Amino acid sequence: MAVGLAVSIMFIMVGSLHAGGHIKRGGTLNYIFGSKIPSYDLHRETTFGVIHPFSPYYSLLIRVNPDNPSSPTDFVCDVCEGTVDPAGEDGGKKYTFKIRRGIEFHDGTPLNAHDVVATYNKIIFPPEGVPSSRKAFFKMVESVSAPDDYTVVFKLEYPSGSFIPALATPFNIIYSKKDLDTHGYEWHTKNINGSGPFRFVEHQPGAFVRGVRYEKYHHKGQPYLDGIKGIIAPKLATRVNAIRGDQAAIEFRGFPPKHRDDLKKALGDKITVQESDWNCVLLATFNQQRKPFDDPRVRRALTLGIDRWGGSKYLSKIAIVKTVGGVVFPNHPLAATEDELVKLAGYGKDMAKNRAEAKRLLKEAGHSNLSVELHNRGVDQPYKVLGIWLIDQWKKLGVKVTHRVQASPAFYATLRKKKDFDVSIDFNCQSVINPIADITKFLGSAGNNYGQYNDKVLEDLYDKIARSPSPAEQRSLIRQYEKRALSDMAHIAITLWWYKINPHRSYVKGWKIAPSHYLNQQLDNVWLDK
Amino acid sequence: MYNYILKRILLMIPTLFGAAFLVFFLLRLIPGDVCELRLAGTGLYADPAEIELCQEKLGLNQPMIVQFFDFLIGIVTFDLGESMWTGKPIFYEMGLRFELSLQIAIMATITSIFIAIPLGTISAIKQDTWIDYVVRTFSIAGIAIPSFWYGILIVLGILIFTQSWFGEPWMPPLDYVPIWVDPWRNLSQLIWPALATGYRYSAVATRMTRSAMLEVLREDYIRTARAKGLLEKVIINRHALKNSLLPVVTVIGIEFAFLMGGLVVTEQVFNLNGLGKLFVDSVMSSDYAMTQALVMVVVMVFVFTNFLVDIMYAWLDPRIRYA
Repeated sequence: MAVGLAVSIMFIMVGSLHAGGHIKRGGTLNYIFGSKIPSYDLHRETTFGVIHPFSPYYSLLIRVNPDNPSSPTDFVCDVCEGTVDPAGEDGGKKYTFKIRRGIEFHDGTPLNAHDVVATYNKIIFPPEGVPSSRKAFFKMVESVSAPDDYTVVFKLEYPSGSFIPALATPFNIIYSKKDLDTHGYEWHTKNINGSGPFRFVEHQPGAFVRGVRYEKYHHKGQPYLDGIKGIIAPKLATRVNAIRGDQAAIEFRGFPPKHRDDLKKALGDKITVQESDWNCVLLATFNQQRKPFDDPRVRRALTLGIDRWGGSKYLSKIAIVKTVGGVVFPNHPLAATEDELVKLAGYGKDMAKNRAEAKRLLKEAGHSNLSVELHNRGVDQPYKVLGIWLIDQWKKLGVKVTHRVQASPAFYATLRKKKDFDVSIDFNCQSVINPIADITKFLGSAGNNYGQYNDKVLEDLYDKIARSPSPAEQRSLIRQYEKRALSDMAHIAITLWWYKINPHRSYVKGWKIAPSHYLNQQLDNVWLDK
Repeated sequence: MYNYILKRILLMIPTLFGAAFLVFFLLRLIPGDVCELRLAGTGLYADPAEIELCQEKLGLNQPMIVQFFDFLIGIVTFDLGESMWTGKPIFYEMGLRFELSLQIAIMATITSIFIAIPLGTISAIKQDTWIDYVVRTFSIAGIAIPSFWYGILIVLGILIFTQSWFGEPWMPPLDYVPIWVDPWRNLSQLIWPALATGYRYSAVATRMTRSAMLEVLREDYIRTARAKGLLEKVIINRHALKNSLLPVVTVIGIEFAFLMGGLVVTEQVFNLNGLGKLFVDSVMSSDYAMTQALVMVVVMVFVFTNFLVDIMYAWLDPRIRYA
């Protein structure tokens, strides 16, 4: 009993000290987000419009470390216990997770290994007609099983470096097997029963989602807040004003630099700003079924004409873009270093030389007077800002560029169905940094690649990357893949990676910025210093 | 009178059918659909098979004519179906917003009436004096500047003034609470958009009141009333005002109908979860079912309001129902 008491006291002490300060319990966090909410089923949806309002009501098997979310490789257990071993067993073909005992769903049903298996079977092997947006992330998985009530085993067909990051994807929330068996696969589209730090109370469509602390949450001592309220506000100006007027304390997606500066100027120390590279990048995709974009010389000329280093310096003052990078998220161990980047077409820092080479290539291809229509999405940040910058860059090569801006539905119809564009702005935004999965965007065969090309060399390289068990080998193969996709064939021109800026009320503590607006949204470690 | 009402009711049917036809086919001219946007619009990996599955579930791959008849049957049976974006029943989604939109429409209309009728009347009585010029400038400014602009100015003004007066900026609440639950919170949210839109719409009604009043004041029966020595106050209140209100009633009636679904931008500025914002959200999401239903509701409100205005006309001016 004495030992138990000592452990409890230690626990309380540890729980009440956080980052050198005393954690205050209680209060309701009002946060604001701009996306519309579709269904409540995170397994089928892809928008952060379900992550921000609903993540706090659910648990994951493993997650990005909420105390170190900026690390692209730090994964910790959520409903599992112990540490996460990225290497696995059996040469990376088997992963075993022990499930914590004593976890309960909000309806009182105990959570065990069978719930995790039912959840992952729904995600990876959904019955016909049941949508699952991330089953392609788990192509390497052969089976998921529960040898006993508290053990989950994933068997893989081949070892893959993308498996652990895929598991930590915040959409993979754990559902109760009982709910799936009793109510079927549609029930979660309109109902919430999770095991997360907060218990769902109500959703008023178009207005807010509200929850209260779940007292039996499995991370003892957490959450610190009494409740949370996610307010829906599609207009950016409203979200900024809401923080300024203290109707909301934080917006987790990110604001442009000007709004950061305005808030800081108006509120001074009452605003804290967190900034990070963002796992989201804008691309220029060439339609290779249209002449002359089937000619790699033309594509290479256009990518050579983009001054990425200069753009980073100036655009980062007005738009949510900043970092120069290759196919992999810039801070990841598998990403290209600056020395490696400058060897790629369009990444060299001598723009006079780049432009001279670009003009030479255009002349050689017989397109010195090239005209291009740049297709873009009718969203200011950062699409239109970046589109205007690209037009300016290409005009410096003597290319005539027109800008066709379309509202989002028409924009996607053009990319996916009509395909009547020359060059289009496109983007690759992912949640957990999972380079091996994220770089599939550059494959002509990918469902979200709109360039209409077939590059067997690139596909073969990717197969080798996906099956390589060694990070060093993966890194080397990715450099070849990157050179092929961006430089030699210039299938796609990467512009700039996004930059995440989160100004929030200074009384919000515990939340740390992650390199994606999909991450670190369970809010169990957030508290209010009021 | 009963024949007149029956005729007006029968005339509503082709109007509603025409509106249904137009909204259904015009919406489908816009490229893209809700599934593409929902699953591919985030930039994350989107499986084409998942998009097809979504389209199949929502009936988007059925022939257009089948979809149209489903829509018509839905209108006739008052079953508008479910939102393609949220999957929730359309009546439920609209019901949530209706209360807020109705309250704003009523508050803005009251604001508009309280400004327009006295100002328009005074302006007419004091024609070509400095009072008339001030009122005319005030009303022309109201017409010239859109209400969302007033909304933006109001929000920024509140933020700046509260910070300079109280040290901490304040802005109106962002979520709606019914007036009987918390009147103070309700009014502190809705009074601002009601003022912004009320002023905007009062401007049109003020101009209309002024010109109608000027016309009436030149009528023979007003001259007769003056000749027999009636007080000017009695002439204005009892004889001139009622007769000058006919066109004003029309304008206010149409404005009210417009306010019910037309506060698209003002609702965005104040983040009001009303029918106007739902309209924008459903158009932006390519949610055909919701957009069609909203258009039909607005059309019905317009048709019904026009019907009421016609009845009021007939009541105010018996010559109309006998014509």
